[in-house]
Amino acid sequence: MSAPYAKLPAWADYGLIPLINLFVAFVVAGFVVLLVGENPLRAAVILVEGAFGKGTGIAFTLFYATTFIFTGLSVAVAAHCGLFNIGTEGQAYIAGLGIAIVCLSFDSTLPWWLTFPLAIIAAATVGALWALIPAYLQAKRGSHIVITTIMFNFIAASTMVYLLVGPLKPAASQAPQTRNFLAGAELPKLNWIIELFGAKIRSAPLNVTFLLALVMAFLVWLLIWRTKLGYEMRTYGHSPKAARYAGISETRIIITAMMISGGLAGMMALNPVMGDQHNVAIDFVSGAGFVGIAVALMGRLHPVGIVLAAILFGMLYQGGAELAFEMPAISRDMIVIIQGLVILFAGALEHMFRPYIQALFASFSPRSVGMEAVKGKGA
Amino acid sequence: MAQAAIELIGINKSFGAVRANRDINLEIGRGTIHGIVGENGAGKSTLMSILYGFYQADSGEIRVGGQPASIKTPNDAIALGIGMVHQHFMLVDNFTVLDNVILGAESDALLKKSIAKARSELERLEREYGLEVDPDAIIEELPVGLQQRVEILKALYRGAEILILDEPTGVLTPAEADHLFRILGQLKDQGKTVVLITHKLREIMAITDTVSVMRQGTMVATRETRKTTVEELAELMVGRRVLLRVEKGEAEAGAVKLAVKNLTVKDTRGVTMVDDISFDIRAGEIVGIAGVAGNGQSELLEAISGIRRAVSGSVMLDGKPIDLTGAADPGELRDRGLAHVPEDRHHVGLVLAFEENENSILGYHDDPRYLKGPFLNIDAIRNDARDKIAKYDIRPADCRLKTANFSGGNQQKIVLAREMEQDPGVLIVGQPTRGVDVGAIEFIHKRLIAMRDQGKAVLVVSVELDEIRSLSDRILVMFAGRIVGERGPEATEGELGLLMAGIEHQEAAL
Repeated sequence: MSAPYAKLPAWADYGLIPLINLFVAFVVAGFVVLLVGENPLRAAVILVEGAFGKGTGIAFTLFYATTFIFTGLSVAVAAHCGLFNIGTEGQAYIAGLGIAIVCLSFDSTLPWWLTFPLAIIAAATVGALWALIPAYLQAKRGSHIVITTIMFNFIAASTMVYLLVGPLKPAASQAPQTRNFLAGAELPKLNWIIELFGAKIRSAPLNVTFLLALVMAFLVWLLIWRTKLGYEMRTYGHSPKAARYAGISETRIIITAMMISGGLAGMMALNPVMGDQHNVAIDFVSGAGFVGIAVALMGRLHPVGIVLAAILFGMLYQGGAELAFEMPAISRDMIVIIQGLVILFAGALEHMFRPYIQALFASFSPRSVGMEAVKGKGA
Repeated sequence: MAQAAIELIGINKSFGAVRANRDINLEIGRGTIHGIVGENGAGKSTLMSILYGFYQADSGEIRVGGQPASIKTPNDAIALGIGMVHQHFMLVDNFTVLDNVILGAESDALLKKSIAKARSELERLEREYGLEVDPDAIIEELPVGLQQRVEILKALYRGAEILILDEPTGVLTPAEADHLFRILGQLKDQGKTVVLITHKLREIMAITDTVSVMRQGTMVATRETRKTTVEELAELMVGRRVLLRVEKGEAEAGAVKLAVKNLTVKDTRGVTMVDDISFDIRAGEIVGIAGVAGNGQSELLEAISGIRRAVSGSVMLDGKPIDLTGAADPGELRDRGLAHVPEDRHHVGLVLAFEENENSILGYHDDPRYLKGPFLNIDAIRNDARDKIAKYDIRPADCRLKTANFSGGNQQKIVLAREMEQDPGVLIVGQPTRGVDVGAIEFIHKRLIAMRDQGKAVLVVSVELDEIRSLSDRILVMFAGRIVGERGPEATEGELGLLMAGIEHQEAAL
């Protein structure tokens, strides 16, 4: 029997459908805004203007997006190998430890451009090692990676609390965080790029990690679609039986994929720690790992989609903060509801409108959809 | 012809732009057995799904017993007296026969009354149609032939007057199939109408009264069975003349390429699936393994190809042993010239979500020809795939197309092209033509014989007895994990059928 849904052209599949989903999410969110007695159109204007209206807003949006690109890529790499890495949160959090060690050791002696590469290596290594244990347990013992990575989020959180109120805290300080880094561990801002376009920026944390995130997005694309390792990961992700048949070692591929995923998660920590706060504080990840799941799903596990989805979520974070400030009836929790609706429509209900769109396309141009499915007949 | 039980008038159904059924007209006489044949993707299943309420036709009319009928769900179909026996059984494995029969047709909140009623009803049905099944048996303990009988009972219990069977004999031994046909004959004598969907033309000839042929979504012909021939039906199905039996010369067997000795394999539950099997395959011959599905053939293939570890025994490839204890790496065996076309191309032999060219290197992705350092050599891979597409006439000829969008026959050609073009010394093939259309079967058989004539050792495992008989130079029959007999290609179907059912084996053991 033929597949009930024929194919759509790529631009509709990757562009039109996400946009429709997003639109519907905003419409439903609009009703929620209406329910608390505010004007949804004005709310939408504030949200978008807050995120993209001024230079500072754009810089903040991209700063948040940087974080989500890393976590989204992390989730996507594991997902291509058929693994659901819920541990991005913990892997990023514990990677803060690696960054702390590098920065606290070298910030007084090395310039930032030497500390940064060391910190990248440290963050990626710690994140990868944190993912290694669940990966090993999955590969060798069959312990489910979803369960173990969730557990490891808790272990990471507890470990960091212990370290930040104990060994890593300066003796005299009351705050559960490391001492502030010196100039040698402060990353340069990228705000000047936005200022080139004539926008004014007061103070915003957008920094060179954004460029690192874009490089990583490219490298992930290269890895997944252009290397032998990526080929093996995708084979295993689609069909473990086919991977076995093809002589791909299950243990090796699970561990490799999870370590790459953990490494990307770890690099996320660079953005807030070295780019913004200049210390490692309690709960600096604050849910970005989980947002990464939504970003990866919405970006269809493709780096380009992930970058775009990350910017969207960056917009929701930044614009949402403005919204909460401008409209007292709309609290931070409302922003979470809006984000939830986006995730619901873009992720969980991704295919809700697909049949209608396909019917529409089929009625306009039958040749554009699904002809492949019949060409092969009669061979 | 008797009064029509079902009339389909001008049925159209499209999925997107794919027209699965085009202007279908069909009349099925009451109290007849009506066969519907066609290649995979010809639209048989879609048509029956419309009749049974899984899909709704875009246009057209269905009449049941002369009355226009609106069938929106399977419940509507059941209410109209239409029952369906699916290719894959819809039974709850750990329920009893009775439980399964009443499932969805319980008359009370408490089961006791329903069960009592069902029990007496089942007894009546068993008497009338010779459908003996122990009503208290657990489904998973019954052989497939009996499970299928439970499916038929389910339909009859719901008052089916018209019974649709979708590829019913795929999982049966020849003897079980014969028994099924006797049951269908009895149903017909009692005035029931039977619609039989199949691709096995011989079954059509054996039991149907009329036969309709579908091709590419259209109904190309309806014939009275006794006035047509297998050759005519095959030609109608494919649209051109087909060779049903491949022609081949004598085998010139050479040196032993693969020697299996005392091989024993257990499945994941620890049940012995392959029991102390020994055989040789020589260069330049095709050895066929016949048997009903589930008698250890799959495990045998997996053990030889290094996917599943063996408990004991040895396998020698070109006189050198294969490491069976640590589950030899299938990649290493490929390097040593053992190519494997697995039984399950959807989950094992191919990654359906991949582009065609990505599948054409599966298992050979370590080959330096396809790599540039750690990177895939995309150009080399695609050119290579295009060559194979041309050589094996894979359609559509698009190496960037998703593999899932190829028909079954073309998917199988993708796997065969990949494995054969590596020029292996030994080729082992599981179910070479399962779910493959008639036209492609001919092509695949010719290729396998060409491999043999090039001096390769070929092992073919198939549940299709015709295929085994037409391809093999030697036939081994597997039953319950053992090889119960070896025959030449001249062995009769009856003889092999008995071996496959374990008859001679059991008698010998007595």
